[in-house]
Amino acid sequence: MQIINQMKLDFLSIPENEAFARVAVSAFAVQLDPTLDVLADIKTAVSEAVTNAIVHGYADGPGTVSIRAALGEDGTLEIAVSDRGRGIADIAQAMQPFFTTQPEKERSGMGFSVMQTFMDAVDVDSTPGKGTTVTMHKRLRDR
Amino acid sequence: MEHERRRDTVLVKLEGELDHCSAQAVRRELDGLISDPQVKKLVLDLKNMSFMDSSGIGVILGRYRILAMRGGAVAVKNMNPHVQRIFTLSGMGQIIQIL
Repeated sequence: MQIINQMKLDFLSIPENEAFARVAVSAFAVQLDPTLDVLADIKTAVSEAVTNAIVHGYADGPGTVSIRAALGEDGTLEIAVSDRGRGIADIAQAMQPFFTTQPEKERSGMGFSVMQTFMDAVDVDSTPGKGTTVTMHKRLRDR
Repeated sequence: MEHERRRDTVLVKLEGELDHCSAQAVRRELDGLISDPQVKKLVLDLKNMSFMDSSGIGVILGRYRILAMRGGAVAVKNMNPHVQRIFTLSGMGQIIQIL
């Protein structure tokens, strides 16, 4: 993907920043003139990834969540949401629909399923004790 | 939160954004509205809800569990297509009535 624009955000892992993050990424994506439905997909997927970083990555204490977003000349958006939190021991299990480590907090366990449904591709890279990066791709318009 | 009680039913109009950040306050408010054991049905009107992610699913399922234990149910109305997709994905349509 040849990048035509890129941005990076760092923010504290507090729930108040979930709305900030999804609105910021969607405002960045607007440059490629996506439909409102596509923007809603992006906002939802970003919200899920950032919520995971806050709720799970930094379950033991606050840290910094980073988002890097890039627009490609082929009309695609790449978003990487990273934390330097506790990481995921079993990524395949974490991505199973309805799997949650926090049922008592009424977590639905649908975060990764929502990301996979609303984006074209979702990749998860995680190392226990080091952190997690969720990278998502979405085609915003045809070339 | 705008709400109305009709016999054993509580109708609530949800507004704004339902995510992990707002979930706890919404959960607390809804639990207050259905705390009377005579309440058997909760109807959530999503017409003025501008955003919901899977944290919202957790909130709705949690209220369903409370009411199901008393033989009650939860219904939602005026879902936009986006929320409808999250609903379908999570299989909510099988236990939550869509009006």
